[in-house]
Amino acid sequence: MAGKTLYEKIWDQHVVRDNGDGTALLYIDRQLVHEVTSPQAFEGLRLADRKLWRVDANLATPDHNVPTTDRSKGIEDPISRLQVETLDQNCSDFGITEFKMDDIRQGIVHVIGPEQGATLPGMTVVCGDSHTSTHGAFGALAHGIGTSEVEHVMATQCLVQAKSKTMLVSVDGEVNAGITAKDIVLAIIGEIGTAGGTGYAIEFGGDAIRALSMEGRMTVCNMAIEAGARAGMVAVDQKTIDFVKGRPYSPKDEQWQQAVKAWNELHSDSDAQFDTSVNIDAATIKPQVTWGTSPEMVVGVDNKVPDPDNETDDVKREGMIAALNYMGLTANTPMNEIEVDKVFIGSCTNSRIEDIRAAAEVAKGRKVASNIKLAMVVPGSGLIKQQAEQEGLDKILTEAGFEWREPGCSMCLAMNADRLEPGERCASTSNRNFEGRQGQGGRTHLVSPAMAAAAAIKGHFVDVTTL
Amino acid sequence: MEKFTKLKAIVAPMDRPNVDTDAIIPKQFLKSIKRSGFGPNLFDEWRYLDHGEPGMDNSQRPLNKEFVLNQDRYQGAQILLARENFGCGSSREHAPWALLDYGFRVVIAPSFADIFFSNSFKNGILLIKLDTQVIEQLFSDVAANQGYELSVDLENQTITKADGSVIKFDVDEFRKHRLLNGLDDIGLTLQHVDDIKAYEQRRSVEAPWLFN
Repeated sequence: MAGKTLYEKIWDQHVVRDNGDGTALLYIDRQLVHEVTSPQAFEGLRLADRKLWRVDANLATPDHNVPTTDRSKGIEDPISRLQVETLDQNCSDFGITEFKMDDIRQGIVHVIGPEQGATLPGMTVVCGDSHTSTHGAFGALAHGIGTSEVEHVMATQCLVQAKSKTMLVSVDGEVNAGITAKDIVLAIIGEIGTAGGTGYAIEFGGDAIRALSMEGRMTVCNMAIEAGARAGMVAVDQKTIDFVKGRPYSPKDEQWQQAVKAWNELHSDSDAQFDTSVNIDAATIKPQVTWGTSPEMVVGVDNKVPDPDNETDDVKREGMIAALNYMGLTANTPMNEIEVDKVFIGSCTNSRIEDIRAAAEVAKGRKVASNIKLAMVVPGSGLIKQQAEQEGLDKILTEAGFEWREPGCSMCLAMNADRLEPGERCASTSNRNFEGRQGQGGRTHLVSPAMAAAAAIKGHFVDVTTL
Repeated sequence: MEKFTKLKAIVAPMDRPNVDTDAIIPKQFLKSIKRSGFGPNLFDEWRYLDHGEPGMDNSQRPLNKEFVLNQDRYQGAQILLARENFGCGSSREHAPWALLDYGFRVVIAPSFADIFFSNSFKNGILLIKLDTQVIEQLFSDVAANQGYELSVDLENQTITKADGSVIKFDVDEFRKHRLLNGLDDIGLTLQHVDDIKAYEQRRSVEAPWLFN
């Protein structure tokens, strides 16, 4: 019998019952909750007079609507404020632990789960947010769900699931100096496309993935959904275990020993069969910049804006023309000649300490270019903000002309006051360059934190490795 | 959930690939704590010429006359014909809520994003995947015929055109069953309380750190 993939191992450990119709009832170990996708779920529970199946499996924080400026004034927008207050009230009514807006542990759900040790290897993790795939970096099975499923997990601790197909994306060899996790994952999406992973759980492997820190692996898994895969995952190794050790929710003492023994099994067996696999040569990956309105519309910074005339597929060509039109770009423009108006360093993709260090390293002793209207750094959590300040990173960044903000989702999706104005162009470390994502009419280019900082300094895109 | 059995309705074409859930319902409308009322803001940034915010009187806003759903011939459409990877991006269930609130009960496309797919069926929307060539023909048919209608029959898994020709489609058995009967997933799962408890009992011995 062939061995099992990591996905299959975790799946098998969580099957409560086989429904006999192609689905199984799958047990969920952890649910992360935020203010946007939970109110209707809590309302559903109340209407049906249902309780939470397991209160302690849930952990909540507000992140999408919170202001990144002075918190003492509260939230100005009454509709945003009501949504956050509703989360507070629901967590209080149902007994869920919540890191509220004024708690130093507050932050983006996908940052605080791992930071608190609430995300552990081998777990099934869900959240009403597509970037839940982030937690797969720990050898967990983690994916985003809709609000009906949030309610379902609250009420039953289970989900009705059909098994995914499995895909191995192996990034072989070593990346060149200055190439980050963000460049790797954008290159993967450029290769397989935004729907390439639809129906699959992707396991990221290969030397270049193994060489990444846990922060880097989180960045890669975070964007699995941008390749269409609900779940991305990386096998457990010593880095995983070292990261998890000693965190507030991590197991202690005897249970720690027992857990580590189990976690060491969380890798695909050498004879495991994947439904499909993709190999990428790490050495070919350049610093990546997106040029269009889908994450697959990406090229190396040394490249040019692609020409729709070279595309033979009609639907794709029309899509390219529409994207260039929206982005205000002309085909064949060198990417490093594109000037930007704003720079955003943050989001569940790139707001961890390593990301802020990378931005600070580029910013150190330099100044933000005069054409940049705003360059902002938004840490992923209050604890990351504190750590960065202890390391003096905030000083380096503010001296260079960056704004240093309070933690939250911020301009990744612009539900709070941070947004692009129509026509503004942004170098952003977030995950989606969709039309209007960062503000109606806003133009988003996805890049790594180092590339975003370099664009802030130069006023246009530039290969950070040559800076 | 409202059940779905049969529907004969006007088809509206959404002729672009990778329509994401940010486009289906922009983020500012996600601030609502309700499940309903999203219909007037479906495709808000494409549908209106001004910037939409929650609480606006949408009937007073300037319409983008070019946008497909604003054209007279597609008024009353309940079937949306779309391209590849429809519903990609965010997991927001507000996207199917907005489609449903507008009146759509069926979306036909070559492919759908996974989370959107699951969310739609849970809200009584039938998503139908068809081959690209078949979709291409449907786009031509819709363009050529004012008031173009299709009849969808979930029980028999058929789409019937006005000329009587029939297109068969596949649907997962479990999704079909739930949709035909309008079943509540939570209610179904709670029939297996004993299984869930037995699992927890066993698992808390194997992996006690998951139950701290």
